[in-house]
Amino acid sequence: MRTLPKIQEIARGVLAGDRRSIARAITTIENNSPKAQELIASIFPHTGKAHIIGLTGPPGSGKSTLIDKIIREYRRKGKTVGVIAVDPTSPFTGGAFLGDRIRMQELSTDQGVFIRSMATRNYLGGIAKATKNAAKVLDSAGKDVVIVETVGAGQSEVEIIKVAQTIVVLFAPGLGDEIQAIKAGIMEIADIFVVNKADRANADKAVMDIQAMLQLNSKERMWKPPVLKTTALTGEGVSQLIERIGDHRLFLEKEFERKRSREKAEAELVEAIKEKVANSIIEELKTEGKLEESLQKILEKKMDPASIAEKLLNKKFKKQVQK
Amino acid sequence: MQNQRKIRVLIAKPGLDSHDRGAKIIARALRDAGMEVIYTGLKQTPEQIVETALQEDVDVIGLSILSGAHKTLFPMIMELLKQKGLTDVLVVAGGIIPEEDVPEMKKLGIKGIFGPGTRTNEIIQYIFENIPKRT
Repeated sequence: MRTLPKIQEIARGVLAGDRRSIARAITTIENNSPKAQELIASIFPHTGKAHIIGLTGPPGSGKSTLIDKIIREYRRKGKTVGVIAVDPTSPFTGGAFLGDRIRMQELSTDQGVFIRSMATRNYLGGIAKATKNAAKVLDSAGKDVVIVETVGAGQSEVEIIKVAQTIVVLFAPGLGDEIQAIKAGIMEIADIFVVNKADRANADKAVMDIQAMLQLNSKERMWKPPVLKTTALTGEGVSQLIERIGDHRLFLEKEFERKRSREKAEAELVEAIKEKVANSIIEELKTEGKLEESLQKILEKKMDPASIAEKLLNKKFKKQVQK
Repeated sequence: MQNQRKIRVLIAKPGLDSHDRGAKIIARALRDAGMEVIYTGLKQTPEQIVETALQEDVDVIGLSILSGAHKTLFPMIMELLKQKGLTDVLVVAGGIIPEEDVPEMKKLGIKGIFGPGTRTNEIIQYIFENIPKRT
């Protein structure tokens, strides 16, 4: 039997920056084990110090390779870095191949760096359900910077905004034309745009397409997302990127932080309530053996899911009142 | 809330050979068996492998080696695992490990050794049967 240390021991280890404890804590959260909540509650007061950066973009745009260079740049500045690299889970087998860290493997023995690969476990939106709390673990463990790499994202994988303070959207030349740049979704969540593989032809065209798209924005934004060029393989442009990431953080602190933090807190609370309420109703249905009954009603088109949900919720509230 | 545990496996290539077809086939087979497989890429030092296993909190490490350096590298890896307290990780190995070296490897604690021609199902079954249970 593999005996695990008590959850409070893990929490203490995390706060002391112990690497084994950090790893165990993330596993506990990923597995949604009964102790996960206790763990999060213990570390939560110690979060909020790290700068959490989200890096997203299409598959093959060079996210992992760029992160390798970003880490090195932060390390040169004496900062510690945590990375969560998300890759997709197979919807058919539940398995996953996590290959992002291949590009960062030289840094694996640097004690100032902690890299964790994470499968989506079929959570939608480009990250895993555990990503947000795993970032909190790294934050509370004292990492100065936490970088979250999303799965190779298309247009609507925007869950990262609920996790990160600064979002970098990465492109590579030749992946799309100006029409792609007008579309909603990841184009709208970027705080910084990066055209990677800038040594290739068409890199300037990609920069222009993005800049043209930004000029179409009708709303006047206080932060104007810069469009940068990098070549992740050589590291060119990375120090400028780090500078702009730093600028964005200063901007957040000055102008915006409270509003965005409030929005994030609200989103997190709503999500937590949803999960708690949903779980308690589902559990009750299961123990009463009435889940099948409800499903049959939907399958036979006697009642729609939203109406059933409303009925169940009302029933639950009545019960609580009677108690 | 139900516990959603997944088996996490590190597939690692210690040493200096640069042939990872076998490692990739195994990685793919384990993925298809529902496991989460982390691949390190080529030419890993024992320190890199053990540190990666620690950060990724894996249940299993699969070492693939073709260079003949297993008698040097495997003891280093097992020693580092011990030093870091990762004694409850199942370590298996594959590649070219001559028959006469197998007892020595088993003594190190690497009990599952799978040479060329092993069916992937056999390895999957071995992992399912020998993986340390976590409480």
